[in-house]
Amino acid sequence: MEEDSKMTSRSPGELVAVVEALIFVADEPITSKLLAEVLDEDRESVDAAIENLKEEYAARESGLQIREIAGGFQIATRTELHEDVRKFLKTRPSAKLSLASLETLAVIAYKQPVTVPEILEIRGVQSASAIKTLLEKRLIVTKGHKETVGRPMLYGTSKDFLIQFGLNDLTELPSIEDFEDLVQ
Amino acid sequence: MNQDQEQFTFDFKNETAQIVAESRDELKLTLGEFEGPLDLLLYLIRKEQADIFDIPIATITDEYLNYIRVMKKLDIAVAADFLVMAATLIEIKSKMLLPREPSEEAGEEIDDPRRELVDRLLEYEKYKSAAEMLYERSTVEQAIFVRGPIESDDNNAEISASVFDLLTVFQKIVARHKDEIQMEIHREEISLADMLKSLKRRLSEAKELSVLAFFEEMHTKRELVTAFVAVLEIVRTEGVRLTQSKTFGDIILRMS
Repeated sequence: MEEDSKMTSRSPGELVAVVEALIFVADEPITSKLLAEVLDEDRESVDAAIENLKEEYAARESGLQIREIAGGFQIATRTELHEDVRKFLKTRPSAKLSLASLETLAVIAYKQPVTVPEILEIRGVQSASAIKTLLEKRLIVTKGHKETVGRPMLYGTSKDFLIQFGLNDLTELPSIEDFEDLVQ
Repeated sequence: MNQDQEQFTFDFKNETAQIVAESRDELKLTLGEFEGPLDLLLYLIRKEQADIFDIPIATITDEYLNYIRVMKKLDIAVAADFLVMAATLIEIKSKMLLPREPSEEAGEEIDDPRRELVDRLLEYEKYKSAAEMLYERSTVEQAIFVRGPIESDDNNAEISASVFDLLTVFQKIVARHKDEIQMEIHREEISLADMLKSLKRRLSEAKELSVLAFFEEMHTKRELVTAFVAVLEIVRTEGVRLTQSKTFGDIILRMS
């Protein structure tokens, strides 16, 4: 076993093909790091293959797209096709979060890690049931205790949050200060 | 995602509560749901077309208190948070009525009692907009589909257990029984038919049963053998499946 040799016999085209296959079968967005590990290739080659794949999809106006979500890659249908896809799947858009839950989620997303009293301070209203809903939907997770009086629980957003809101990472969220202009 | 969950939809622009004041003493309103006292205040300020940096505190306080009065009249439990805000508004209102100290007036910046409230309102409104942004993002996300889960060892616990797996479990129990000190107690032997009957009853009650736990209950080798045959029989004749989540793991009998 030669651990450090990344000499694989794949041609660039073959690498693109196997990368596509793995992204397709992965249940969650798969990182290029994991792809490189599994395929015993270096990151650069894998990244190049993914780039290649993206261009291929775009060039032939595929019904699928390669998305960068939660730090990984995912194959998904294109937004424009949702009506036909939904008709076939016979699904309706799933239950949305209540306004209270969305507000609470917004505060947690921007202020994390954040405690319940800090959320109350911003929203001016108790958020206990919203927090329960968000925990149940796995959109938020606990992030330990704050080292202050009473050691209140800290909350932050989860990987599922990134996936469900189509974010690659938290920096993709518009800055909270950007909303100031909208406000006035 | 669960389909029978509550369906929430709302239009951020239109579906806010409406208070249609008819006169000063009479208040007509369509109740929407204000997310909290800050939300209600923002609504009132906007309705009055007031400048958020120069809130007409007397008017807004009156309207705010009116709203709470109506809520009470309609027997809507007024959350404590709304009452705290009412107290804050009254406090600010009274502070504004107080004549300013002449020395203070000489100062360049007069501390506005409304300042803190304005800051909170502005801060809150930013997060309200952020919530709206999240709502829009999730709506877009719902137009994108990924494939359903593919069955694999990791996500599928239903690897069917073979007869050999059953035998392994059986041997484990037999081996354990060997080490125990046996006391000679005469008991009635249970027949295969009775064993089957009791197994069926247990399964229909519990829906699933650990084979290991079931064998463990047996006291003699003979009973164990009967139990083993009963398990084989019930799988063969009834709609019962054997599942094993990992190799050499416990085998579960499950009604299908």
